[in-house]
Amino acid sequence: MNTLKDTKIGETVRVKTLMGEGRIKRRIMDMGITKGVEIYVRKVAPLGDPMEVTVRGYELSLRKAEAENIVVE
Amino acid sequence: MNIRIALAGNPNSGKTTLFNNLTQSNQYVGNWPGVTVEKKEGKLRKHNDVTVVDLPGIYSLSPYTEEEVVARNYLLDEKPEVIINIVDGTNLERNLYLSTQLMELGIPFVMALNMMDVVRKNGDRIDTKALSNSLGCPVVEISALRGENTLKVAEDAIKEAQKGRRTPAPIFSSNIEKVISYIEEKAAFKCSESEKRWYAIKVFEGDQKVLEKVKIENYALSEIKKEVENVEVEMDDDKESIITNERYSYIERVVKTSYKKKSNGLTVSDKIDTIVTNKYLALPIFALVMWLVYFVSVSTIGTIFTDWANDGVFGDGFYLLGIGRSAYEESVEEYGTAESVVNAFGEKLGLEAVELDEDSLEDILLSTEKDGVASYILQDEETLSEEEIEVTYTELVESVDILSSYNYSEPEPEEYGPWVPGLPVLIGNGLEAIGCSEWLMGLILDGIVAGVGAVLGFVPQMFVLFLFLAVLEDCGYMARIAFVMDRIFRKFGLSGKSFIPILIGTGCGVPGIMASRTIENEKDRRMTIITTTFIPCGAKLPFIAMIAGSIFGGASWVAPTAYFLGMFAIITSGIILKKTKLFSGDPAPFVMELPSYHTPTVKNVLLSMWERGWSFIKKAGTIIFLSTIVVWFTSFFGFAADGFRMLSEEELDYSILGRIGSLIAWIFYPLGWGNWQAAVASITGLVAKENIVGTLGILYGAEGSAYAGISAAFSKVAGLSFLSFNLLCAPCFAAIGAIKREMNSAKWTWFAVGYQCLFAYLVALVVYQFGSLFTGNVNVLLLFVAILVAAYFLYMLFKKERKVGV
Repeated sequence: MNTLKDTKIGETVRVKTLMGEGRIKRRIMDMGITKGVEIYVRKVAPLGDPMEVTVRGYELSLRKAEAENIVVE
Repeated sequence: MNIRIALAGNPNSGKTTLFNNLTQSNQYVGNWPGVTVEKKEGKLRKHNDVTVVDLPGIYSLSPYTEEEVVARNYLLDEKPEVIINIVDGTNLERNLYLSTQLMELGIPFVMALNMMDVVRKNGDRIDTKALSNSLGCPVVEISALRGENTLKVAEDAIKEAQKGRRTPAPIFSSNIEKVISYIEEKAAFKCSESEKRWYAIKVFEGDQKVLEKVKIENYALSEIKKEVENVEVEMDDDKESIITNERYSYIERVVKTSYKKKSNGLTVSDKIDTIVTNKYLALPIFALVMWLVYFVSVSTIGTIFTDWANDGVFGDGFYLLGIGRSAYEESVEEYGTAESVVNAFGEKLGLEAVELDEDSLEDILLSTEKDGVASYILQDEETLSEEEIEVTYTELVESVDILSSYNYSEPEPEEYGPWVPGLPVLIGNGLEAIGCSEWLMGLILDGIVAGVGAVLGFVPQMFVLFLFLAVLEDCGYMARIAFVMDRIFRKFGLSGKSFIPILIGTGCGVPGIMASRTIENEKDRRMTIITTTFIPCGAKLPFIAMIAGSIFGGASWVAPTAYFLGMFAIITSGIILKKTKLFSGDPAPFVMELPSYHTPTVKNVLLSMWERGWSFIKKAGTIIFLSTIVVWFTSFFGFAADGFRMLSEEELDYSILGRIGSLIAWIFYPLGWGNWQAAVASITGLVAKENIVGTLGILYGAEGSAYAGISAAFSKVAGLSFLSFNLLCAPCFAAIGAIKREMNSAKWTWFAVGYQCLFAYLVALVVYQFGSLFTGNVNVLLLFVAILVAAYFLYMLFKKERKVGV
């Protein structure tokens, strides 16, 4: 099972499902990461966390702990 | 007809710019009831009966963040007549997500499509007509920045408002719409027809806040739940996610018909970002930006303004544009040194006091041998440290010449340039002229004027800092600071953005605390406010130097230790507080937009600077002002041998404050300095930390050198404990005022100050008791207490974090 956390910089992936529940999951979805959407991994912060992705045409940063809940194809 | 327009939109969509444009200078800034979220209102320009209410910038109307709850409560309970939804055209999909939720409320709705110029520049196209048709609402292209069409969108909104509320159209898949209609029927909501859909969708999502509010009968609720569960099974997802997915699917359909993206080339913003948050360059650039902010707002321009306000306007006076200041200062020093030299020789000759005139100086010259030497004590104004200086006969001759060249009187500031006397001087002269009594003059000058000065003295520096923060926020770099620093700071329960408050705190804690305003998450913000003043600020430096000089013989390790102590306090407090009930719980999600870079606008930056500066004066001013007066009164009044009266500065022993000091001194006995002088000095430190130096100087300097007196009164270990306590305990009243302003809650202000004092007390206790082990001065009982405190501290530091269920 691949998650967004393991996705390499420069790769584009499609979201399969989102794990977890409640506040964090809702926030991730509110920001546009929903089933089937494409995510491009832009970069990782200089200290190794968080990461920056492009989704629905804008830049979003999220921690690796959060990216771990996003299952990708 | 009175109309309220609610302005809603995502953060970074240009909402503030639009609000400023619509209301011009006619704004009122306050807080939403019960929360620290700012509320702004203003009258629409050219329309006196129309109010614009600026809702917090939000991405959704979920029940999970304070801003979102504030916004939806306002929309539901206050029922504004119309919503203007500002949408960033360069970021259409995610911006429309909030729109779908706003349209559900049944409130008349107009969309303001912003940043169309950028859309066109990127070569993309948005078909406004098609967008308006698919959404079923008016869409107006605007440029908030240039003020294009802004009044038109407001006037369209007024027209919509006059048409009245309407029932929102269905946008979800048919199976879900079926359940929503079912809920509307079953739940029997006690609200108007147009609001039913919103409540039904929230009941579908299982929104706790709404379920508590609408109180559906049990049997109906269980039937609704059954229906919803069926859909969950059918779609293999949870109910909240189903709705979110449906919204984005709807948006994708809408966008397909109205939006054409040209290419995937890099925009200017992308290019900037590849450099600014580059793997290798990010940290150096970050350091450079921080250095610049610190250099300008703390070390140079900020300090120049602060000194001008404190020593000039609220001090003796100042030179216009600084003309003549250096010449005057040179003269004062030259004259002062000459006077000291002459006095030194005079004293050697056994003269009580030297008259500064031609004859007596001639006498001194004649009676001194050509190879005679004398010495005088030079005292540093800030730290009261003393140095013995030897002078020879040649210097005496020079000094006599210098004094005669000044005509034996001190240089007058007026003679060196355009001198403007300070307020205390002017007011003092005025009061003297009308024959005001001494105590009333004291009250006005040392109480009221000094109190006002204490508030306003911080303002210039604060404005400089706020200008920087506004620029950093407006151009998009602030979000990148959080991105770069997050990894370090979140370990201590702080945000990446906490870096700025702490950095500024090394200059002055007051603007440091105010800088925490940029942190969105409330827990992170509170934690930052509580810990920022642990780092030694500029006013603590003279105190640190005094302790180092008097007790530790000027040892160079004392100052760095003070900074390490500050950092230690911040880190351990973060880790420990995070494990307490107040701060535990779900970590706040760090799913954060990194907005596109753009050039900040002068108007936004200045407005933001002004608002923050003014709110400091208003909200923090009272507490600073009143406490300054109280401390002035208690230190200058008291029971001397001849009864209750006003005292001079040297008579602090008799003051009310001195009595209070004696009463509470026992509290500090376990810390090794249970004498009233130290207690009184700590209290005066609350007015301003550098006052500790002055107070200790008066209390210990009565007979000879203050440094000798202090070093006799404090053992080395007690000195370290005294230093630790005063560095970490409650900050000065100005900073407490800032804490109150930022916490916006009396309870949290008390908690912050209480925590700081307790933490300081325990650290000082452990320092003194453990230190006494080495000096062989052990009190078994207190040592035992100190061991318990240290053990509990370590336990809290290393115990696993409480996991709290979602």
